Amino acid sequence: MTQAGYPEMQGPNCPLPISKREMVVIGHGSGGQLTHELIRDVFQSRLGNPLLNAGNDSALLDLSQALPAGQRLVVSTDAHIVSPLFFPGGDIGRLSVCGTVNDLAMMGAQPRYLTATFIIEEGFLISDLEKIVDSMAAACAEARVQLVAADTKVTEHGKSDGIFISTTGIGWARSTPRIAGDQARPGDAVLVSGPMGNHGIAIAQARGNLGFQSNVVSDTAPLNSLVGQLLAEVPNVHVFRDPTRGGLATTLVEISRQSSVTIELDEKAIPIDPPVRVACELLGLDPLYLANEGNMLVILPAEFAYTALRVLRANPLGNQAAIIGHVTERPQPQLLLKTTLGTTRVLEMLSGEMLPRIC
Amino acid sequence: MTTLTNANFRSEELTQKLVASIRAITTRPWNIMEICGGQTHAILQYGLDQLLPAGIQLIHGPGCPVCVTSLESIEQALKIARQDDVIFTSFGDMLRVPGAGQDLFSARASGADVRVVYSPMEAVKIAALNSQKKVVFFAVGFETTVPSIAQSVLHAKRNGITNFTILPANVLVPPAMHAILSSPENRVQGFLAAGHVCAVMGYWEYEPIAARYHTPIVVTGFEPVDILNGILMTVQQLEAGMHTVQNAYRRAVTREGNLTAQGIIAQVFEPVDRNWRGIGLIPLSGLGLRPEFQTFDVHEHFELGHETLAESPLCIAGSVLRGVATPHDCPAFGRQCTPGTPLGAPMVSSEGACAAYYRYQRVKA
Amino acid sequence: MCLGIPGQVTDIYDMEGTLMSKVDFGGVVQEVCVATVPEVKVGQYVLVHAGFALNILSDQEALETIKLFEELEKFNQEHPSGEQPE
Repeated sequence: MTQAGYPEMQGPNCPLPISKREMVVIGHGSGGQLTHELIRDVFQSRLGNPLLNAGNDSALLDLSQALPAGQRLVVSTDAHIVSPLFFPGGDIGRLSVCGTVNDLAMMGAQPRYLTATFIIEEGFLISDLEKIVDSMAAACAEARVQLVAADTKVTEHGKSDGIFISTTGIGWARSTPRIAGDQARPGDAVLVSGPMGNHGIAIAQARGNLGFQSNVVSDTAPLNSLVGQLLAEVPNVHVFRDPTRGGLATTLVEISRQSSVTIELDEKAIPIDPPVRVACELLGLDPLYLANEGNMLVILPAEFAYTALRVLRANPLGNQAAIIGHVTERPQPQLLLKTTLGTTRVLEMLSGEMLPRIC
Repeated sequence: MTTLTNANFRSEELTQKLVASIRAITTRPWNIMEICGGQTHAILQYGLDQLLPAGIQLIHGPGCPVCVTSLESIEQALKIARQDDVIFTSFGDMLRVPGAGQDLFSARASGADVRVVYSPMEAVKIAALNSQKKVVFFAVGFETTVPSIAQSVLHAKRNGITNFTILPANVLVPPAMHAILSSPENRVQGFLAAGHVCAVMGYWEYEPIAARYHTPIVVTGFEPVDILNGILMTVQQLEAGMHTVQNAYRRAVTREGNLTAQGIIAQVFEPVDRNWRGIGLIPLSGLGLRPEFQTFDVHEHFELGHETLAESPLCIAGSVLRGVATPHDCPAFGRQCTPGTPLGAPMVSSEGACAAYYRYQRVKA
Repeated sequence: MCLGIPGQVTDIYDMEGTLMSKVDFGGVVQEVCVATVPEVKVGQYVLVHAGFALNILSDQEALETIKLFEELEKFNQEHPSGEQPE
């Protein structure tokens, strides 16, 4: 080894490229040779598109042809610090792309371009980084978006938890009628595109300290194709929202307050996979409060509910879609659940973290 | 195919049959207490009290470990958790219960190594993997949980895991029932006994209680059908003027209980006096480690002191837990004291009587 | 105190002197200590709390309980209640 830590050249037969490394080192963040190699070998090779590969400081986007009349630019940003980084059904890479794609899709927008920043801890395995970026490339292809600008920084060991990813996305959506959380109206139907709680349980299981195994897999997926198909047939959707942190219940409480309405759910109608239900009982968790990363709520005028159901179910991402409730009016906005026994209870927002209980 | 899966005991059809039977035999108002947080939770989750005839009042007793663990224990837990060389482990239930100031959740946010475990064995595993740290387990819970804690102590002893200790805070049901029924203000006329406590301990201990206080006691499970069945049998006894112990949870409970589990408990623990938050000292209502297991008691390793700490002067949790007052009798209820700004434990826990009443009244609004 | 879920024992083994088992709850498998029910056999159902078995469940008793409920139908027809449901 030379003083700089490079292997000695053995002559023309040396099989190992000088700069091939197993771990991210501080030098990768310095902006020099190592940084360029990292960008070329790990990022550009996987995410490659003309804009990213141009290697400039910024991506020049020509929207003049792309942005149709009557459409507005939509932008969203998100940070991802999930632990563990790899879980059944996904990883932090897939989660970050789908998270931002879905944030845009929930406004009725079609996402077009993403940017990403990576804050990587010194010592992080390059092979793990490659897996994550592969995942992101696959998710971008599924969602038909391009990742056009990125940045990488390396922190000292112990100063960041493996890797943090932040993504920003832009897309465009029609200007009117708005699709937003304050658009729910009495008489609307409430639909969900698929079973609740899978992501939350997959993560809990991957953390390893809850002592159980199952074949529950995260639902992380890009929803923009589903949104596009639905809006093509049912343009007057009032609300889209993906029930991420806090779950279905917290998300619907938020909407009920934004729209000043009461939402009444039918517990029997809410799809939950049997192993998720069992895992929740075992741990004392409520599936209505677990995070979902590949399913959405749709609130729309009741007369279009069955059309919407048909469209959702025709897409593999929505094949367990169901009508789960309706919007009414009461003096105070509330979220109510009609239980399987016909009684009613109020659902509140999740406050703090949901913890497994014994009682 | 087994009949034992819970689905059979949640059936809407059976629920309706049981409700109809209860209505058919109820001729007078009755106050029935359930003394198990898990039953309170099921009643709230399924809205079972909405199905009962108006005269039947379900009183939520001191059955949730969150509500009854003493303020002193929680302060001790916080003191231990804040030490640098400690990994403090606990069931999730306890993390948001406020001590005099902080709770374990905020202690974790301030840098304490506090970890939620689903089983005390998990805490022993953590101790085995972290020999340079002291791993302390917050031993809360009723008799249902005690065998798991006792077995974990035995496992630690057998395998020389000396950095594992417990903060003893377990409590026993029969002394609490005595304390409630012997109070001059007692309004409880019938009891639903906690089914999983009885799965371990049997129900022979309740026979002298039923006889002494002329109160029917029915061992009850946790699914809606089980709870309604327990209520039906209690009302049948009340209407007939009977006061015996009956078992409505026969698939899981026998009169003697699980003798092996009882043996494990007796090997490791012995009854001690214990302070119940809001109620006060109940003699021989807790469990402490036997002398030969004292090295597993955290008090042997830390100087913890004994302070008497004051609760909010507005909080009437004690009366609520004993069933002599309802949350509506409390001047702070819904005003200074809400789930977001709780003054006492029954408002913190999702199974606490005060939190239950707070959420139920919102449905009516 | 109270969360106890029934599951079926699929495997029994020793772990450093403590009797352990794998219990299947229907799609979810957990490692459960059965030192409290050392007589348990694979295929039986146990009630599990905090990673420990509380008791072995009786299928027979469960069947009898359900049968008793069926009797309620007859009882209800003989004693109709005058009270209207709320």
